[in-house]
Amino acid sequence: MSTTTDTSGRTGAGRATIAARTLRTDRWWLPPLATFVAFVAWVAYATVRAFMQEYYFVSEYGYLTPFYSPCVSVGCVEGSSHFGTFLPDVWWLPYAAVSLPFLLLFRLTCYYYRKAYYRAFWLSPPACAVAEPHARYTGETRFPLILQNAHRYFFYLAAIVTLVNTYDAVLAFAKPGGGFGLGLGNIILVANVVLLWGYTASCHSCRSAVGGRLNHFSRHPVRYKMWTFVSKLNTRHSQYAWATLASLAITDFYVMAVSAGWISDLRIVG
Amino acid sequence: MTEQIEQHSYDVVVIGAGGAGLRAAIEARLQGKRTAIISKSLFGKAHTVMAEGGCAASMGNANPNDNWQVHFRDTMRGGKFLNNWRMAELHAREAPDRVWELETYGALFDRTAEGKISQRNFGGHTYPRLAHVGDRTGLELIRTLQQKVVSLQQEDFAETGDYESRIRVFAECTITELFTTSEGPGERGAISGCFGYFRDDGRFVRFDAPSIVLATGGVGKSYSVTSNSWEYTGDGHALALRAGATLINMEFLQFHPTGMVWPPSVKGILVTESVRGDGGVLRNSDGERFMFSYVPDVFRDQYATSEEEGDRWYTDPDNNRRPPELLPRDEVARAINSEVKAGRGSPHGGVFLDVSTRLKAEEILKRLPSMHHQFKELADVDITAEPMEVGPTCHYVMGGVEVDPDSAMSSVPGLFAAGEVAGGMHGSNRLGGNSLSDLLVFGRRAGLHAAQHADRGRPAVTESDVQDAVERALLPFSTATDGGENPFMVQQELQKTMHELVGIIRKEDEMEMALKKLEDIATRTRTVSVEGHRTFNPGWHLALDLRNMLLVSLCVGKAALERQESRGGHTRDDYPVMDSDWRHQLLVCSALGEDDIELTRKDQIAMRADLFDLFEMDELKKYYTGEELGGHRTELAE
Amino acid sequence: MTSTQNGTHLQHFKVWRGDDTKGELVDYAVEVNEGEVVLDIIHRLQATEANDLAVRWNCKAGKCGSCSAEINGRPRLLCMTRMNTFAENEVVTVTPLRTFPVIRDLVTDVSFNYTKAREIPSFTPPEGVEPGEYRMQQVDVERSQEFRKCIECYLCQNTCHVVRDHEENKQEFAGPRYLMRMAELDMHPLDAHGNRAVESQEEHGLGFCNITKCCTEVCPEHIKITDNALIPMKERAVDRKYDPLVWLGNKIFRRPGS
Ligand SMILES: Cc1cc2nc3c(=O)[nH]c(=O)nc-3n(C[C@H](O)[C@H](O)[C@H](O)COP(=O)(O)OP(=O)(O)OC[C@H]3O[C@@H](n4cnc5c(N)ncnc54)[C@H](O)[C@@H]3O)c2cc1C
Ligand code: SF4
Ligand code: SF4
Ligand code: FES
Ligand code: FES
Repeated sequence: MSTTTDTSGRTGAGRATIAARTLRTDRWWLPPLATFVAFVAWVAYATVRAFMQEYYFVSEYGYLTPFYSPCVSVGCVEGSSHFGTFLPDVWWLPYAAVSLPFLLLFRLTCYYYRKAYYRAFWLSPPACAVAEPHARYTGETRFPLILQNAHRYFFYLAAIVTLVNTYDAVLAFAKPGGGFGLGLGNIILVANVVLLWGYTASCHSCRSAVGGRLNHFSRHPVRYKMWTFVSKLNTRHSQYAWATLASLAITDFYVMAVSAGWISDLRIVG
Repeated sequence: MTEQIEQHSYDVVVIGAGGAGLRAAIEARLQGKRTAIISKSLFGKAHTVMAEGGCAASMGNANPNDNWQVHFRDTMRGGKFLNNWRMAELHAREAPDRVWELETYGALFDRTAEGKISQRNFGGHTYPRLAHVGDRTGLELIRTLQQKVVSLQQEDFAETGDYESRIRVFAECTITELFTTSEGPGERGAISGCFGYFRDDGRFVRFDAPSIVLATGGVGKSYSVTSNSWEYTGDGHALALRAGATLINMEFLQFHPTGMVWPPSVKGILVTESVRGDGGVLRNSDGERFMFSYVPDVFRDQYATSEEEGDRWYTDPDNNRRPPELLPRDEVARAINSEVKAGRGSPHGGVFLDVSTRLKAEEILKRLPSMHHQFKELADVDITAEPMEVGPTCHYVMGGVEVDPDSAMSSVPGLFAAGEVAGGMHGSNRLGGNSLSDLLVFGRRAGLHAAQHADRGRPAVTESDVQDAVERALLPFSTATDGGENPFMVQQELQKTMHELVGIIRKEDEMEMALKKLEDIATRTRTVSVEGHRTFNPGWHLALDLRNMLLVSLCVGKAALERQESRGGHTRDDYPVMDSDWRHQLLVCSALGEDDIELTRKDQIAMRADLFDLFEMDELKKYYTGEELGGHRTELAE
Repeated sequence: MTSTQNGTHLQHFKVWRGDDTKGELVDYAVEVNEGEVVLDIIHRLQATEANDLAVRWNCKAGKCGSCSAEINGRPRLLCMTRMNTFAENEVVTVTPLRTFPVIRDLVTDVSFNYTKAREIPSFTPPEGVEPGEYRMQQVDVERSQEFRKCIECYLCQNTCHVVRDHEENKQEFAGPRYLMRMAELDMHPLDAHGNRAVESQEEHGLGFCNITKCCTEVCPEHIKITDNALIPMKERAVDRKYDPLVWLGNKIFRRPGS
């Protein structure tokens, strides 16, 4: 990345003649590189898992991985689907095909992820005060990037999916055989859901919807309170974005490991 | 010389884009005049941005007992009754309207619970009176006025297709000369235009105009420890002198009690008075709140005598007296000076100012964000947890161009002055917050009367004057070949002289020595030389500013030597008390050739009876001589 | 470099000297004392070896936004960059703002910003409200007050890749400082202009911003430009242009002047 050379647009027009692409002396290339590696790894893992159609449910304790929630394919194993089964079971259709695309779009259009991948993947810019390698730039002014403006719809949908995940996590406390159960899996499922809510509620679209749109907070005291709360969460939105990537992967991996019998769930109650 | 000179013609030319200049220009434009604004720095960067605490106006939002009469009385007291009372009256009366007007330009002051403009306490003000925005009030003021100028330009654009058809900003342009018509018999030379150069490429420019408003700010750069920026070289003061106008009150300089003292490179940078207004206390190295021992007799009744009472005042001001940390600035500055001299100073030669023990960290962050930022970034001090070290710094010049109070016009027809460059309004000492309101009130008045004056015809510029101006401006380059001195060195010498010999505490022999040194510096100033060319050449810029600094320093030195008493911003070691016989004496400076000045005495006009009656006899007795008290209501009633 | 007594040492500086035709980095070894900032060093150069070294500054206290430049490639205020943030043997490179035409040495022509400022419609006072009768609640002005902390240093304008890397976008893009000005007025409880969000998008280039936050990173006033101004403006533009839910909500629960 740091070896890309380019001279377009940065001199001329009376600007100071400085040939170097940047004079930064710190390791500015490290954050975008780290982001790049982490995203690629995560996407690879998630893709494999979404199409695996296996090891997504621990029937003994009712653990369902969020990657398969809601499980609506006729192929879903017994007990894993809480909302009916209506999708055909074909290899190219993930069992949670009604939620995954929207979750993907939610994150793809998320203001934070946009920042992260515009920097790490598109190098636009790779880091502040480091020239980008593109000759022309139009940002989000035209198709397709203008569609980023649709973020709030994916927010509305993602909020519903997060409700579904919450339902899954709560349901997992009731063992399929009946009675209350608590294991490490439950704790992981709940922690994941809490983080998901943190991420979803700290969304910029949410901040705008709950109160940011208003010009007279003083006339809407309740919405002002909500806005203040969301604003506080919002300052940590990027942390939630990373934390949920981790928690989703961990949750899924744990469910897979237990379901495949590589490890057994650590039980606390029942 | 075949120098190309850019030429412009305007109805009103305003020199200075600080609060006073912008308000003047807005007014002139609103009066329908074609107006130019000229500024040494970029548009929006003038010194006014640095004002922190607030803008005094008796709106009565925080305490309904406040009104213009109270504000007037406070101002006169602060100035030790040497103020031009008519200016103080106009200021107190008009300040609220000027502040409210800013809201219609888009200003966003901090608010009270009822949604009105919030007002804060400041030294010398009886009631909470300063409209403010955190501690960046000056920034709000200048940005608001700047944006109003832009909005007027947009109106003009809509009408004429040219943003600059009626009001135009000439940024980074320094005026070096004013042009007047030659003096006829029994007739004063009148303003015809001015001359200067653009800092970026050094090209010369002349403005032909019948009205010029000086709004160039102060003179603090003549001192080595100052809260002022490089712009404060006293250009307006010197331009006025050379054009034939007079300066008054030049011996009165305000040393702000709290400037940063460490690290050395930021020595002098201001620590806003709001730190004390919001609860900050001063302690010496023994941990003692020493201000209690420095309350002068004239203020004895208005200030707390115990720490407990002072503390109570912050929450219950109606039943307690204010802590002595909030005495007028001159008192506090002298007290700090004495403590340090007595060996009770802080490690870097100041005293401790502590707000961390009095306010919660989050409250400090909310009320004093830029102070927190400033100390954190520049001194590595966290003011929410540690005390600051502070000491006096040269801050404000009360003296300035002598003007007619109502019209702001100097003795030269067509030459107006407003803001810090004008003299009289603040007497011997300015109250905090009274400058920003001064800028608005007299900026507007100067703009209005400059506009009216412009209707009285346009005197022509004498061409030979223009040639002389060019030659004077180029002098530092021609002396280069003769091996003249580096202007930076001469400047340092001047600053050191003023700081050490005509500083906060003054002595006759020291001042005489200073005047001798200034004579020497005058010769050196004439022959400084600069290398390089005219494109953005700071050496050249300084060489030209130097002669203004010199002239102004001479005024300060001579007037300070003459005034044999201590009053407000003038403290004599050899005449330590205030002397009523000096109260009505104004010291007037006028130019004597290129680099000398002449000092004359003049009587202050007696205060109008209705204003005089606003004060109690007991108070007046402390300032006035017996015979001057004749007209007071109590005397007449007997 | 060489350390001497009482915290004074010599530091290797590289300062860009030149004008709009040519220029280069010039090496200097300069004395540095305890507690100094980069501007002090530039001033020392001016007073000693380089009298004609051009630099713009005013307040030396981070309040006026005049002394913007790039130090080791990062846009900074010269007066607020302490020398102790560099190792004594580190080379300190000082260059002018890259995005604007250079005048001389460290001084650039920032008129782009004044041109853009003029294109932003000014505050429109509400009709029928007299001076002195403005009533606004503190919670309602706080958001705009944050933006009014701006000292117009133009570091954000300089850093934003939209114009830094693409001269041709200067026409259409107002830059973060002026999009933030639109946000300030849009959130002003009494501005009567109306609908600044869509205007920002359609006329001032809000869409060019890809929220990569460099403006926020460099802002010396720590204004959250992207999070508090640009993104909310994008959201407000969506409200007006693309969101049927909001549209419906407004139809059903219409409240005046929310
Ligand atoms: C740190 C600090 C804090 C302060 N806090 C407060 C406060 O809280 N409340 C208060 O009331 N007062 C305060 N003051 C005082 C107040 O800010 C100033 O007195 C006031 O801003 C002066 O305004 P002005 O319009 O007269 O001039 P300035 O704002 O200084 O403007 C002067 C203008 O003149 C221009 N100029 C000068 N010479 C020339 C020339 N030769 N040619 C062309 N242009 C020229 C300059 O470029 C500049 O634009 C403070 C001052 C300082 C330094
Ligand atoms: S966030 Fe937007 S405006 Fe700010 S620097 Fe990035 S692209 Fe420019
Ligand atoms: S928003 Fe911040 S970075 Fe941009 S001009 Fe204002 S103060 Fe400077
Ligand atoms: S989810 Fe990141 S901004 Fe909406
Ligand atoms: S000189 Fe004013 S911000 Fe640096």
